[in-house]
Amino acid sequence: MVKETTLKNCTSKLRKKKKINKFWQKLKRQKELQIMAWAGIIWMIIFNYIPMYGIIIAFKDYSIIKPISEAPWVGLEHFVEFFKDENFYMVIRNTLGISLLKLIIGFPLPIIFAILLNEIRHIGFKRTVQTISYLPHFLSWVVLGGIMINWLSETGIINELLIKFGVLDKPITFLSEPKYFWGIAVISDIWKELGWSAIIYLAAISGIDPELYEAATMDGAGRLAKIKYITIPCIQGTIAVLFILAVGNLLNTNFDQIFVLRNSLNQSMSEVIDIYVYRIGIQSARFSYATAVGLFKSVIALILLIIANFVTKKLKGNSLF
Amino acid sequence: MINAFKRKDKKEIIFDIFNTCLMIFICFITLYPIWYTLVLSFNDGTDAMLGGIYWWPRKFSLESYKAVFQNIGIIKAFGVTIARTVIGTVTNVLFTAMVAYAFSKKDLVGRKVYLTIGIITMFFNGGLIPNFLLMKNLGLLDSFWVYIFPTMFNFFNLIIFVSFFKEIPKALEESVMIDGANHFVIFWKIILPLSAPVIATIALFTGVFHWNDYFFGVIYINNPDLQPIQTYLYKVIAQATSNQMLMNAPGGISKANITSTSIKLATMVITTFPIVCVYPFLQKYFVKGMLLGSVKG
Repeated sequence: MVKETTLKNCTSKLRKKKKINKFWQKLKRQKELQIMAWAGIIWMIIFNYIPMYGIIIAFKDYSIIKPISEAPWVGLEHFVEFFKDENFYMVIRNTLGISLLKLIIGFPLPIIFAILLNEIRHIGFKRTVQTISYLPHFLSWVVLGGIMINWLSETGIINELLIKFGVLDKPITFLSEPKYFWGIAVISDIWKELGWSAIIYLAAISGIDPELYEAATMDGAGRLAKIKYITIPCIQGTIAVLFILAVGNLLNTNFDQIFVLRNSLNQSMSEVIDIYVYRIGIQSARFSYATAVGLFKSVIALILLIIANFVTKKLKGNSLF
Repeated sequence: MINAFKRKDKKEIIFDIFNTCLMIFICFITLYPIWYTLVLSFNDGTDAMLGGIYWWPRKFSLESYKAVFQNIGIIKAFGVTIARTVIGTVTNVLFTAMVAYAFSKKDLVGRKVYLTIGIITMFFNGGLIPNFLLMKNLGLLDSFWVYIFPTMFNFFNLIIFVSFFKEIPKALEESVMIDGANHFVIFWKIILPLSAPVIATIALFTGVFHWNDYFFGVIYINNPDLQPIQTYLYKVIAQATSNQMLMNAPGGISKANITSTSIKLATMVITTFPIVCVYPFLQKYFVKGMLLGSVKG
């Protein structure tokens, strides 16, 4: 009896040893693969995970002279400071205002564009329209901002035409007046991304089974009816997923865009969270406070994403996770 | 019955006409601002101030372009942009593809953990300030390498590479493996040459990113010799640098008929020119990349 158990013990120990040996052999065999993989892991630790760890300075009083670990904890002080800040209301209003307008106007337009473009029968014409509509996506915001500033300036083409046709008596410097800023931001964003955002919908439409359309034709459905009863229902899932993502991105007002178009005169309507973080963080070097503001934004964005996911799941049965 | 068909035909024809007109209109409002900028940049600067130019230059002039090309700051900025685009794209593609090659091996020890580490980076990031402090601590502020190292790897691109590598037949690798080649050799001699289409797509996106990016130049760079052309252009547009360029123009302001606006326009055209040139030929790669990315995401 005793012998048997010891024997069993021995064999299991041996097996374990063999297993470990095998593991090491395997590791040795894929030595080069492990080096390749770890090059990527180390990169991610340095450039992704260290900044994630750096977020803790939002709860500390960090100063540039000492390392993060030595900075004293202050709890939620910086968040409270942000909520009490006189700029808080303005920054939140501008961020939400610009983003909501972009969502309400800018989200449906690429869908409509994709559906209408799909109805063009001439293949060459369709391709040409596609090629042209993607082009602005590849221009930088600096160049686009330059074009906007040129067009909207006092001597720009917009003022020239408006005066010529008697709409205005004297030129308006659009970018110096805060009240026009949201409109300018929304329109220029649509101008740049309309065609590019339509790509996914076009792909979804081209994936619809042609038999559905044929059957509808047999039943005497016109093209508008086919759009309404086949195209739109078939791309609903794509729309839902992109909508959830868009809501999750709601607080990410396009930094590149706003940064070019803003100036000291339109600041009251152009100061969004991202710009505010840049100004107080990089320019005024208040690192802890700026990090807290940035973290506040990320948390709200995450909550919005979860809510949007929940609502679309309940309504349409489509969800991201 | 026949009547009903006719009515439908009419409705459809109206729809077709309306739709075609709308598409032409969209093309027009997309292209016209770009065309207008081009026209104005080739027009005499002081003459353009009078307005009334819509379709074609009234007083053709290359003075603005001459002023731009005589500006040493711009030439330097172009040099930085070209260098970061070439080096940045090559390092990103090679490094990401190499890591992806390892990640694509099903029997890689620790593969699941590695993938999780990567997927987390797609959803969370440190944000502006912690990234800035990291660059500072790494000594990358005011260094050319700030354009290269932080953009060298991209987990999103890695996923695209991995799904492509999985399709490559195993037999190809195994035949070389018997000859005693190691994984680095296989990656370099077998995998990379077979992956031309996916490399082209990812290289294009990375290249356009580097060419168009001005954010890094604004945040991390103070030294004017190291700023890329987009950052330079940003400063010309947002600030009064163009006045300085006027002073450097041959013969001063009075002789050359150029204005700060015409210089801005010329710089914008030069900056955009390479993208607009390559764009029509490479469009299909861009679209492919966009769809690949969205399917995986």
